[in-house]
Amino acid sequence: MKHSTIEKNSILLLVLTLIVVAIGGIVEILPTFLINTTIEDVDGVRPYSPLELAGRNIYVREGCYTCHSQMIRSLRSEVERYGPYSLAAESKYDRPFQWGSKRTGPDLARVGGKYSNEWHALHMTDPRAVVTESIMPGYAFLATTPLNYQHMDEHLKTLAMLGDPYDEAMITNAVQDVIVQADPDEDYDDMLERYPGAVVGNFDNKPGVSELDALIAYLQMLGTLVDFSATDSTVFTQ
Amino acid sequence: MTNTPHKDEITGVDTTGHEWDGIRELNNPLPKWWIYSFYVSIIWSIIYWILMPAWPILTSDGWTYTKGLLGYSQRAVVAAEIQEAQAKLAPFRDKIAASDFSEIVTNPELMTVALASGKAAFGDNCAPCHGSGAQGAVGFPNLNDDEWIWGGSLDEIHTTLKHGIRWDADDDSRFSQMPAFLADEILERGQVEDVATYVLTLNGSFEATEQSARGSVVFAEQCASCHGADGTGNVELGAPNLADHIWLYGGDLPTIVETVSYSRSGVMPAWSNRLSPGTLKELALYVHSLGGGQ
Repeated sequence: MKHSTIEKNSILLLVLTLIVVAIGGIVEILPTFLINTTIEDVDGVRPYSPLELAGRNIYVREGCYTCHSQMIRSLRSEVERYGPYSLAAESKYDRPFQWGSKRTGPDLARVGGKYSNEWHALHMTDPRAVVTESIMPGYAFLATTPLNYQHMDEHLKTLAMLGDPYDEAMITNAVQDVIVQADPDEDYDDMLERYPGAVVGNFDNKPGVSELDALIAYLQMLGTLVDFSATDSTVFTQ
Repeated sequence: MTNTPHKDEITGVDTTGHEWDGIRELNNPLPKWWIYSFYVSIIWSIIYWILMPAWPILTSDGWTYTKGLLGYSQRAVVAAEIQEAQAKLAPFRDKIAASDFSEIVTNPELMTVALASGKAAFGDNCAPCHGSGAQGAVGFPNLNDDEWIWGGSLDEIHTTLKHGIRWDADDDSRFSQMPAFLADEILERGQVEDVATYVLTLNGSFEATEQSARGSVVFAEQCASCHGADGTGNVELGAPNLADHIWLYGGDLPTIVETVSYSRSGVMPAWSNRLSPGTLKELALYVHSLGGGQ
């Protein structure tokens, strides 16, 4: 077909233009409908508990992602240093994900359970108190700022609307779940049933729920949900 | 507007045939190097689709993707790399994992490997709390000295590494809880100060006084059962030696008053889920070699 024929026939031009635009559109739109097919099914991954979610929001608010990534790449050096490489499913409840390729500080994808709560509390207040070489700024104000958690139920509701599997019980108990996760003297069994693997503790060792409590609760569960000992150990052990 | 292409007189190139107000457009061909690179990249992309993972496809088992003739997978590559590295160390590491500590320490070859690997694992995992030189920090023990809260033999260090200290998630983790003598209202404020003063006479920091004599009575009643009558501690209970100059949280009077009043309970994570058994042994050997091993 000659160029001039197309140019001189407006209907033909319109139809051919539509076809070209449609190809571009399909290439852009189709992957978003097929995204779930690219995430392999992994046991153990669950949505964040309300306290962890609040901690995640603080992590994002303070811009931790500008220095810390949460993505262990499938490279020998990374697996040997940080542990099993990250799986897509481990970030599936992250909005937005915290992957990255720029690290001023270490990767945090599997920092959960690596250090004690006390260490995190000291380190957030004054990083050089525990790591003399550290260039991380201190976040001492987190320990003295009460966490605003009165609307966590609305937060969960919004995420449920976006497709996260928060059920009715999780939404109605959201505020209570924040309180019990940050206080080992409360009855937290129901919370643990809703969010298996959540770490309970008075993270900042002070009464009340501070922003530091939320942040440490979040850090202490990062990368701990998938049980890698059940998988092929030669790939995943350090 | 006419549509008859004609040869431009000056350049000798055909025009497109379009003409606006006497202005015509030359129809120069694309540069040859450009057009051939374009064709080559199209051919290359087709070759790439055939050789490498490329397209999503719907099969009866759901969505999958074309694997490509080369069968490349980043996961397989990293698994192979790790296996290769492990295979090189295997002659040593298998022996380390299978031998008792007493056998390893007498074998210089195994010790060289164990200490080098232990040092690397220490930097990755232990240094954030214990310091890159194992010098410790307030609340995190110095591993270079010869005071050990939970024991400094190879086996004891190994146990601490495997199961942690006061680590809830590990059933074999060792627990001990010092009472918060003031907060739990076991002692009066004055008694706490007395006993703290007495504790500081144990290592000779303070001279014995009337106050320390009162404190010694409280110590015998409340503290001696764990820390020993002479205050030299008990590694079975994780009760530190109070008669030396090594302090985990500080050895001045206000800090000791705070410790007695509100208690301390340092936590160390268990590492048996995170590190391989061989690495745990290498770490124990490395920490033991730092100077204070018993």
